[in-house]
Amino acid sequence: MRLGSLAQRLIWTAVGLGLLALVSYELSQAGIRPIKLLETALLPMTPLVLAAVGECVNERAGVINIGIEGIFLITAVLGVFWAEVLGSGLLGILMGGIFGAIIGGILGVISTYGRADQIIAGIGLNVMSLGLVQYLLMAIWAFPGIHVFPRELVLPRIALQTPIGVLRISPMTIAAIIIALLTALLLYKTLIGLRIRAAGDKPEAVDVAGISVNRVRISASIFAGFLAGLGGAFMPLAWFGGLVKEISAGRGFIALAAVVFAGLNPILALAASFIFGFAEGLAFAIAVTPGVKEVMPFHFVQMTPYLVTIITLAIFVTSRRFPRALGKPYIRE
Amino acid sequence: MDSSSRKLGRLGVSSNVIRKFGKAVAESLFAVLIGLLGGALLMLAYGYDALRAYRVLFLGSFGDLNGFLETLAFATPLILTALTFGIGVRAGLFNIGAEGQMYLGAIGAVMVGGALSLPPGIHLVAATLFAMLLGALWSIPVALLKIFRGVHEVVSTIMLNWVSFWLAMYLITYHLAEAGRAERAVPAQETARYMVIGASLTTVFIVVIGFALLMYFLLWRTTVGYELRLVGYNPDTARYAGISIMKATVISFIIGGLAAGLAGATQVLGRPPSWTIYATMGNLVNLGFEGIGVSLIGRNHPIGIVLAAIFYGGFLHGGRFMEFEVGVASELVRAINGIIIIALALPELINILKRVKRGRRST
Repeated sequence: MRLGSLAQRLIWTAVGLGLLALVSYELSQAGIRPIKLLETALLPMTPLVLAAVGECVNERAGVINIGIEGIFLITAVLGVFWAEVLGSGLLGILMGGIFGAIIGGILGVISTYGRADQIIAGIGLNVMSLGLVQYLLMAIWAFPGIHVFPRELVLPRIALQTPIGVLRISPMTIAAIIIALLTALLLYKTLIGLRIRAAGDKPEAVDVAGISVNRVRISASIFAGFLAGLGGAFMPLAWFGGLVKEISAGRGFIALAAVVFAGLNPILALAASFIFGFAEGLAFAIAVTPGVKEVMPFHFVQMTPYLVTIITLAIFVTSRRFPRALGKPYIRE
Repeated sequence: MDSSSRKLGRLGVSSNVIRKFGKAVAESLFAVLIGLLGGALLMLAYGYDALRAYRVLFLGSFGDLNGFLETLAFATPLILTALTFGIGVRAGLFNIGAEGQMYLGAIGAVMVGGALSLPPGIHLVAATLFAMLLGALWSIPVALLKIFRGVHEVVSTIMLNWVSFWLAMYLITYHLAEAGRAERAVPAQETARYMVIGASLTTVFIVVIGFALLMYFLLWRTTVGYELRLVGYNPDTARYAGISIMKATVISFIIGGLAAGLAGATQVLGRPPSWTIYATMGNLVNLGFEGIGVSLIGRNHPIGIVLAAIFYGGFLHGGRFMEFEVGVASELVRAINGIIIIALALPELINILKRVKRGRRST
């Protein structure tokens, strides 16, 4: 049953990737080069992968954080602020990660020791970020809703020679893919991974082994927050080159959808993020295709990623098994 | 002896209710205090005068009759979006889709109230009902996805919020724009406007209060409401009692959608001076999310929600004075709302406070 659902998920992932290949072939006939399409897909993929992989670990440990969107928004602003202070985009992204880790840590503490309702706390984080971002934009740069920073702070993309041409890829994207692979190793092949999984599935066992369930969970939350923070700061500093108040535009929730789709498996989360990222890249590619852009208003292009996410969840997610103690604070009997 | 103990017993029950009520109020007030403290820290961090900011805020929103009427106008849509979330929680759901359902409600109100011409009276009713209908329609896919595909409502509502946002933007830009005025959709016609009471408060406020009372009646005085609450309180018990969880889920989403749709209508048919949606949707955006905080402060109870909405409406209205006089971005009140929600996520908030107090006494 367990294996069956994994195999099923793998098959659906393969089907999804196959469809993407088909679509990109069709588009290449229409004059859009696949390598360009891949480039546009990798950018939206990156924050999704980072956040989704972190959240896989977090939920494995038994903590659910639906406030990823809030972390994205807050770390996007703070990342840019520190990039300007430190004069480096890369350091800005790292600072975004650190602030994400702090927020994750706070959420972890209130979810464990505070026994908070984790869904409500996550909603609170999201609502808070909506106001906080606009407040910070005004308080720091005294300009409402938008901030443009010097071009030099944008983390440059590197050129990678591939069989289908030169691929311009952000070093953060490469890092995100490596992190996804390493996290999978950590979860399934190490003692720490075993403890993390046990904290979500059988917290009593972790407790009996003399390890603090709460500490494992808080560490997982900090890790997840760090990755989400990297993703949040990535958006302005390595992708858009500017900051707007609703910069993440629901991507935190798309990352959550990727986590659900992946059934908490980091590798599948990588694949799901690629599919969702591709949907976004594809929508923009179609929007600028001659013959299409004249007839289709950009509003419909904007809707695409959300529709793809919801349809993917509705069609492909058939069976899921989540940790038994997910979302429940551990209380020793 | 016997009669007095019975009397005591009876008193015991009622004092228990009072204690529960008192605890709920105390928890909300304590959470609000935490929110205000958090907001003050944020202001101090950037060198604003927090005390002056709060004084200006509260004086502006509750200091005089005009300000208070304006506060009620701000509270009007919040009562409804809070009810959307509240009735969801009562049925064990996290319906955070009021935002998107409200956009479509507003679109529905513009379609009938602005673009159609109908006789007076009928026009207003038709526009209001159509707005509610669109809001409810937008909530149905969420319920179906939840029931048949197990898609969690938190993800599906947010995705649909964004789809709704772009759909509304498209409709405003291409189909409902006022000729010659690109900054807004066609305003509601005279026949489709609620009467102005004072400031920008209109009679739609009375309709909204009526809706909240109806909701109270539904939840606590009808079988449907009882079943709905039981599903939220303990789904296993409900299942054993033969209550359809599916039915409770669908009803909760539909009623939530009706409320959110009406919330959109209040901004078009009952809110001078615009009487319509701005092209940026600036007069709608975030009202749905703010309702979540309002609902939680009001303990997800219709009466509590009305009171909490008036309080938070004062925040929104007073925030503008704060921005004007002290220079603090008015959006700070949203951050405070978020902090309050997080504080309310902590169960036994009051017990934590007591523990802290006890700890201090022992040292």
